[in-house]
Amino acid sequence: MNFIANFPLFTIVLSLFSGVLCFMLKGKTARWYTVFYEVFLIVLVLSVLGYTLHTGTSFTYPMGEFPAPWGNEIRAGVLEALMAAAFLVILLCSVLAGARFIDLDLDNSKVNLYYSLVNLMTAALMALVWTNDLFTGYVFLEILTLTSCGVLIVREIGRTTLAAVRYMILNLLGSGLFLLGVVLLYDLTGHLLMVPMQQAVAELSRDSTVLPVLTITAGILTIGLSIKSGLFPFHFWMPDTYGWATPTSAALLSSLVSKAYIFLLLKIYYRVFGFEVIERMPVRNVLLVLGVCGIIVGSLQAIYANNLNHMVALSSAAQIGYIYMGIGLGGLAGYTAALFHMLAHALTKSALFLTTPRLSEVSGGSLLFKKLQGSGLKDKRAGAFFTVNALSMIGIPVFAGFSSKLQFGLAAVGSLSWKKIVVVMVALAISSMLNAIYFIRTTVRIYALPEEEPDDRQQAVAPESAGNGGKPGKNSGVYSAAAEEDPAGNGAAQEDPAGVESVPGKVRDMYVVPMLVLTGGNVFLGLFSWVIVELIHTGLGMFGV
Amino acid sequence: MIEHLLINNEEAAAVILFGIGFTMLLFQRNLIKKLIGMNIMDSGVFLFLASMGYIEGRKAPVIVDGVQSTQNYINPVPAGLVLTGIVVSVSVTAIMLSLTVRLYKRYHTLDLDRIYVLSRHQTEDR
Repeated sequence: MNFIANFPLFTIVLSLFSGVLCFMLKGKTARWYTVFYEVFLIVLVLSVLGYTLHTGTSFTYPMGEFPAPWGNEIRAGVLEALMAAAFLVILLCSVLAGARFIDLDLDNSKVNLYYSLVNLMTAALMALVWTNDLFTGYVFLEILTLTSCGVLIVREIGRTTLAAVRYMILNLLGSGLFLLGVVLLYDLTGHLLMVPMQQAVAELSRDSTVLPVLTITAGILTIGLSIKSGLFPFHFWMPDTYGWATPTSAALLSSLVSKAYIFLLLKIYYRVFGFEVIERMPVRNVLLVLGVCGIIVGSLQAIYANNLNHMVALSSAAQIGYIYMGIGLGGLAGYTAALFHMLAHALTKSALFLTTPRLSEVSGGSLLFKKLQGSGLKDKRAGAFFTVNALSMIGIPVFAGFSSKLQFGLAAVGSLSWKKIVVVMVALAISSMLNAIYFIRTTVRIYALPEEEPDDRQQAVAPESAGNGGKPGKNSGVYSAAAEEDPAGNGAAQEDPAGVESVPGKVRDMYVVPMLVLTGGNVFLGLFSWVIVELIHTGLGMFGV
Repeated sequence: MIEHLLINNEEAAAVILFGIGFTMLLFQRNLIKKLIGMNIMDSGVFLFLASMGYIEGRKAPVIVDGVQSTQNYINPVPAGLVLTGIVVSVSVTAIMLSLTVRLYKRYHTLDLDRIYVLSRHQTEDR
């Protein structure tokens, strides 16, 4: 077998190993190790992507060389490789851009543990993307849940602990349902590998007495995964969970973890139930309705939020609604739109969560809107990145948000059902308007001049040093270092993560490069959406057995 | 209907256990009771799995006396799945208990709603 066929397994096993290794390294070493390791992984995954594109087929990797109905398999196609690459790039950028806040929020002796968790999370994400076995999916689902809880509670204020507990309870409900669904499917089909499972399901679905049982099973799996990813009635944990976490954690949870669950759900639909069987079930219509409700409710709640992070988190609820709307529309176009939006939202939301803490930092550590007045002028780079990504969220052309909305519109028209077209178009129109209301309002606010200039400045300085009692001088010192170096940010494009020498007394601040990568990816998705759509089509084509 | 339930009494019991655990995890306000609910829920699933793997009158698939025919043995895969599931469940319980300890130390109560109210009054108003 070709050597490249081993790479998907490497990404999982080496990540697990790195998790253990970071446990033993010192904080800074662990960070750089993680960064270079992620770059290495990206190379591996890109070569898998190139290989599958080149050969035009997917490949399965039997673990331990047991033949198909037994054993455990990894499967790699274009879609999996694309998702894995996108996940890794976003993960790397989030870690780099948020590294300073990890150092601030965590005890010095515990920083390496954070990177340990990040590596374990990488392993779980990769396993969920590559796996061809439902029970392996369950195990890594739980590992992903545990690591995401871990990255939440590293910031030891009461609210994060409470948010983590609520997050975990919801996730455990979801995992329990998912496990029950997997067990039911195993009971019905006698297999755990997706390919033999699909054959058994196709046979069973011809029996009209068994079809309802299959539908219930699909429903249980869907509810489980939609609870975990935060679909409409289950999105209430989002503001607290994302709002109080360390920026990197918020970015990882909102952009990657929830997407991994949705990707697993898509995989189950496509590879376990199969395209035709799932089209016959009413599950998707429920998802369409819930998705549309999520879009509207999430956006409305975001308008009434008084805290920047809560607003961004609630807009996440709306965006998850979009993805489920795409799945609900069904058909090739619907799934393509959902997958495209997964990528677009992952890029945009992680970038937004990485700008908000910097905006709050220059406004006295507060995320309340009234204190954020003029923060975009104080931290120009964060303000610019926030604006660009906010525009993408609204769906302005050139940015990814526009392309994905276009995809949803096309998918709705392609469904040839008047009800669906009307529902989706109305949802798109209303939500774009609502998005515009809260994102433009925020953008205007961060660029508005503070009302009473001197008074505001005092306010901005005082709480910052006060909130810093535990770690004297660290916070403010770090910030000034960041402000001194290259405020315009245009020369920073050449900054190579490896090439910057650390100046004694200054904390290296990798902000611009990863943010430029995220925003660049966003614009790429906006301008050259056909490339990604083409890749997704090829990948989905390989999905059906 | 009733006969079906009686024939599949293990499965019926498993689903009832799952329901009890699920509602406990969802509606109990006490964190410890929530965790107990979670464990009941998982036990329900494990009972379901284990009962599926067991076939009346057969033995565990350990070859003794040279009997090699699969007709004499039960299906060992569900048992393996149950073991994996138990490991997952134990680790999740451990991390949730540690979080509960942390919350209790901070808010001196196990009532999740009360903790929520208390956290709203927290002064750190970022």
